[in-house]
Amino acid sequence: MKLELRGVTKRFGSFTANDRISLTVEPGEIHALLGENGAGKSTLMNTIYGLYSPDEGEILLDDREVSFNGPGDAVAAGIGMVHQHFMLIPVFTVTESVALGYEPTRAAGLMDMAQARAKVLEISARFGFDVDPDARIEDLPVGAQQRVEIIKALSRDAKVLILDEPTAVLTPQETDELITIMGQLRDSGTSIVFITHKLREVRAVADRITVIRRGAVVGETSPQSTETELAGLMVGREVNLTTLKEPANPQEVSFEVRGLTVLSSTDKVVVDDVDFSMRRGEILVIAGVDGNGQSELAQTILGIRTPVAGSILLDDKDLAPLSVKQRLAAGLGFVPEDRSTDGVIGAFTITENYVLDMYDRPPYAGGPGNVALRLPVMREAAQTQAERFDVRMGSVDDPISTLSGGNQQKVVLAREMSRDLRLFVASQPTRGLDVGSIEFVHRTIIEERDKGTPCLIVSTELDEALNLADRIAVMYRGKIVGIVPASTSRDVLGLMMAGVPADEAQAQAATHQTVMAEADEQAEAEENQ
Amino acid sequence: MSASGSQQGMTPAPKPEQQSPWAEAEGRLSRALRELGQTSWVVTILAVVVALVVGAVLILAANRDVQASLSYFFAQPTAFLETSFQVLREAYSALFRGAVFDWQAPSAERAIRPLTETMVYSVPLILAGLGIAIGFRSGMLNIGGQGQIILGATSAGFLGYALSMPVGLHVLLALAGGILGGAIWGGIAGVLKARTGANEVIVTIMLNNIAIYLLAWLLQQQWYKQTGSNQPLSSSVDESAQLFSLLGSGFRLHAGFLIAILATLGVWWLLERSTLGFEFRAIGENPEAARTAGINVPKATALVLVIAGGLAGLGGAAHVLGTEYRLAGGVAGTLGFDAITVALLGRSRPLGTFLAGLLLGGLRAGGVLMQAQTGTPIDIVLVLQAVIVLMIAAPPLVRAIFFLPHADGRPRLRRRSARRKARSTDSAAPVQERALQTSGAPNAESPGTMTPGTTTPGTQPPSTNTQEPGK
Amino acid sequence: MSDQTVSPAAVQAEPLKQSTTGVRPISWKYPITYAVLAALAVLFAITLPAGARTHFRLSSGGDFFEIPLVELPSRPAGWILALILVGLAGLAIWQASQRVRTRLWLPLLFGVLFVLAFLVWAGADRGAVIPLVTMLTGALALSVPLIFGAMCGLVGERSGVINIAIEAQLLAGAFLAAVAASVFTSAYMGLVFAPVAGALVGALLVFFSVKYQVNQIIVGVVLNVLIIGLTGFLFSTALTQNPELWNARQQLPRLPIPGLSQIPIIGPVLFNQTILVYLMYLIVGVLNVFLFRSRWGLRTRAVGEHPKAADTVGIKVNRMRVYNVILAGGIAGLGGAFFTIGQGLAFGKEMSAGAGFIALAAMILGRWHPIGALLAALLFGFSTSLGNTLATIGTPVPSEALLMLPYVITIFAVAGFVGRVRPPAANGTPYVK
Repeated sequence: MKLELRGVTKRFGSFTANDRISLTVEPGEIHALLGENGAGKSTLMNTIYGLYSPDEGEILLDDREVSFNGPGDAVAAGIGMVHQHFMLIPVFTVTESVALGYEPTRAAGLMDMAQARAKVLEISARFGFDVDPDARIEDLPVGAQQRVEIIKALSRDAKVLILDEPTAVLTPQETDELITIMGQLRDSGTSIVFITHKLREVRAVADRITVIRRGAVVGETSPQSTETELAGLMVGREVNLTTLKEPANPQEVSFEVRGLTVLSSTDKVVVDDVDFSMRRGEILVIAGVDGNGQSELAQTILGIRTPVAGSILLDDKDLAPLSVKQRLAAGLGFVPEDRSTDGVIGAFTITENYVLDMYDRPPYAGGPGNVALRLPVMREAAQTQAERFDVRMGSVDDPISTLSGGNQQKVVLAREMSRDLRLFVASQPTRGLDVGSIEFVHRTIIEERDKGTPCLIVSTELDEALNLADRIAVMYRGKIVGIVPASTSRDVLGLMMAGVPADEAQAQAATHQTVMAEADEQAEAEENQ
Repeated sequence: MSASGSQQGMTPAPKPEQQSPWAEAEGRLSRALRELGQTSWVVTILAVVVALVVGAVLILAANRDVQASLSYFFAQPTAFLETSFQVLREAYSALFRGAVFDWQAPSAERAIRPLTETMVYSVPLILAGLGIAIGFRSGMLNIGGQGQIILGATSAGFLGYALSMPVGLHVLLALAGGILGGAIWGGIAGVLKARTGANEVIVTIMLNNIAIYLLAWLLQQQWYKQTGSNQPLSSSVDESAQLFSLLGSGFRLHAGFLIAILATLGVWWLLERSTLGFEFRAIGENPEAARTAGINVPKATALVLVIAGGLAGLGGAAHVLGTEYRLAGGVAGTLGFDAITVALLGRSRPLGTFLAGLLLGGLRAGGVLMQAQTGTPIDIVLVLQAVIVLMIAAPPLVRAIFFLPHADGRPRLRRRSARRKARSTDSAAPVQERALQTSGAPNAESPGTMTPGTTTPGTQPPSTNTQEPGK
Repeated sequence: MSDQTVSPAAVQAEPLKQSTTGVRPISWKYPITYAVLAALAVLFAITLPAGARTHFRLSSGGDFFEIPLVELPSRPAGWILALILVGLAGLAIWQASQRVRTRLWLPLLFGVLFVLAFLVWAGADRGAVIPLVTMLTGALALSVPLIFGAMCGLVGERSGVINIAIEAQLLAGAFLAAVAASVFTSAYMGLVFAPVAGALVGALLVFFSVKYQVNQIIVGVVLNVLIIGLTGFLFSTALTQNPELWNARQQLPRLPIPGLSQIPIIGPVLFNQTILVYLMYLIVGVLNVFLFRSRWGLRTRAVGEHPKAADTVGIKVNRMRVYNVILAGGIAGLGGAFFTIGQGLAFGKEMSAGAGFIALAAMILGRWHPIGALLAALLFGFSTSLGNTLATIGTPVPSEALLMLPYVITIFAVAGFVGRVRPPAANGTPYVK
């Protein structure tokens, strides 16, 4: 099916999320929509999917104008969408998830489960998916959940399939499988819209590429363009895709994790006997697919999770008996994974957020037992630091939720780095940020490293790991699969992210190159010419 | 840099698509204007007006003269209107005279007595309301005012008649006992929430009912009630334990009102100027972030409910030691639920709560006179109260009723979507307003905190917004 | 595309079963509870005087089979029951140590036997007869509004709307049932109007909580106040001024089911009831099937768990919530009718007396499941009935303690003692696109 957008505009108040966007997706084409975080890709797709109604412009399917009054209409018209955050209900089975909204029923509205199940099996068989129709969603790994989403779309005979950042949760090898599936779908005549901000994927997968920036289309190119060209289009200026940094100058070991084991709230092992040590002045990136225990590891270091075994030593001092507050006081700087839930308090002012973990000690608190807040001192400190970190804001008395994600993250960094640090831990420090902010965050972290602070960074973005790390530790199902130098290839890291030990991964990667790695090599060769 | 992050929805924030772009696009001026439009005062006054209209309909419907005049409405429509007007004027003037100033009173003293009565009624409302307000500000819906008041009254009253002590000391001890009683009752909910994640709404509702049966049982025990009779009624509080009268014997106004003023100031300082209050507000707005920043969330949670319970207990104590003097099964009346109204009406601000307490105290005092003089049952006060809160909680409804322009100044066309967006960017609006809305916890980020049932601390409750597949 | 992408798939396809090097600790809560209760039963037996007798009446007044009084020698009976309980407790401890899952029959049997042991002890040599059937009938009667209320709460919360206003819905149902029955001088007309009252309260709840996104708990609390005030006001005015017209007593007739109602003990309890009680059986049964196996149920649960996901498959989230809460209000309204026309009483102020909150508790204790909520409501009804019985025969246990029991149990339940209760994930969260 052919999908065409003409001048689609979507505004939220005075903010224009999509500005007169036009694009055409031919039948049987993989059309990549490339843009950095915040460019308006998801808004556009939600508009096509009927979740938003466009303020202007029209959507055409096979040259007929359509208008959707909700996702139900879009699905009926043949549009399917795999959302970045899966739209699956954890307590439902696969069959129930696929049937939801389009339930086969018998008399009195009772469901015909046999028919629903058969449908799941039929589509799974068609594409060679290995999905148990009776498994509960919450028990499935991410890759399988994504396949359920694809089955869901296909079970409604989607002719246009929108994939919103589908690779964000996958290893390179899983990405490869997804690419195969996309190929199969294309060959069967499905049009695919592939949304991403990852340049490499676009070049490996897409038949055509539309780049959007700040809500508007800035160009349509072929996958033959170089990464630098694409990056330039996407960001609107010359970008250095790699942050320049001096080689690390590691000093003595100052932080050690030994035999650390952590259970989840449901008593499953989420961090499994983890050992590593860090030297002052180095960046260790913990890589891995989301949900393999990295977040829990970081939380345990902070002290909001209690390990069942093992020890954490900072400057030869065991952190175990210390509360979060004491750990922060001992020189731990912590940037949490999810800024809006863990990093800042949206309704608090910038000032209050700036002192969020220092409000109860001098100079910010005074009086007997530090019971009283000293508002002017807090305010002044926030003002000074906000300027130093180039936070774009109205006033420090504004709620922090009025700032963009990047500026909020700067406030968090300003807060955490305003103390003398002995260890810096950051989880997904650039998640959801635009390229400019990402560069800023990376530079700040490298500066902190150069001051001699050991920096532990958790990142699920392989690009970030490769860019920032001095060493990379890969986690899989709670275990550290291996710690390798930053020069390790993506294919090897990808295999390690699927649990293959480092040396084996080396061997496998040498014989089985992924599509993307091939594309990389080609690109490199081209650029060298 | 535009709307980064949130636009894309990479962060699992609640409605990121709308929040940031909006917030950013908004100048400070427009925000200030919007806040003005949403100012509590206008809405509060209009809410009271709506409530009085609803009350009027009820009064008219229940009045026999009006019913009679309605039967010949078509013959004599003016009679109906006249009767109605007459009835309403009598009822509401009685309400006013009972609450503020009685111009029909024989003496000047009697004329100003209603205002002091209003103050008397408002004492427990203000004190308990402050407790509820602290809870709201800390993200906790403490429905347990009733039980905490009962426990406060139960302990204060008992200490008041069972001991003999010197004048000043006795009343202080009895008050302290009341605070302790309420604090323990609130503390049960607080500790359970802190340690096991037990939802405070459910626990406090249950504790309310337990308190009622506990008091009923105590009032059958001789050792407790210290009277020989079989009546479920305790003996009277010793004079040494009574709160002293402020205006002499002609008035019931007692020192409890001074306590209410002091408590209001104290709560203001606690919430706005103290480090403990900073912790309370932080866990109220976003417990996850508070925890990450090193705040001991379980401890703060327990403390909030201990303090809230203590305040409600103090309210109960003041009620017994200053007004009732005796314990009966229904000593707390509907004070606990009225206190919730007070806190909501006062938008969880200490001063607002104080004023709201006076307003509701006035409705009570006026309702008594209205019942006596016009036969309008005092139950109507409950209806007025409920309508006021519902209106205040839904400002768009009030604006719609009075055909006011929408608060953000946008045209009323596409009102629906505009309102939605306004709400999701409402971070600039007063905290309380948002506390009324959405998921109960002011932080929409973790709706799970408000779901009844257990969420173990240290785990993210399952929530729609922070959906993370594969965990 | 190459064929080189095969090998890693094998690694990933394997489902993510967590490794369990650290085994989940054994939960000793239940075995300990059983042990404590069994010890209590032994204590009862020890304290029973020799030669004491306990009398049970197993029939109610107009029974088909007149069963004579049952007279038990208290001490031997107490000891036999105590020993069985000790045995059951031992079984529970053994099962826990072997990590065997305890089946549902164990707590049920244990509970029944413990209550019997308690009754044998409480009734020993009191000179009073323990009216077992009357007590069970009373238990069911007290449970009826609770069950209706719990079903109401369940339908609402399964679709994501917390309903604290069950109390108001019961009260409104009781009120309108009485008034309609009185005005039309027909109890069945009361039955028609009662759900309307409950549904209206439900409509108010969704009007504020769905349309205006006011916090659902607050709306619930306020609606309780509103309905108490409104019914109180109308009761004190119209209903008191002209009770013959507005508040004359009407009763739904009992409709004994032929055959079933003649089964000893349970027959008269379960099958000699009014149509309202039969309706209750029907509603619980239908909900139990439809919530889990129908299109409506699947969508309802989806809306309560993950409204956005439901929206993306074209389900109208808010419309679903509105319909469900109004429907649920109707159910609660029927429950309210039991207070008045179900028992042949006139309406009285605040006559629901907290039943709505116990219904809420029953729903939570029943973990949002119709059968679970049914059992919990029956348990609560029984404990109240037991309390009433004890108050009349005069025992050392204060009846207030038993009246408190539902609330205490619920606190234990939400504190995690009864295992993790998991409410619908989006419960209480308004859905805004």
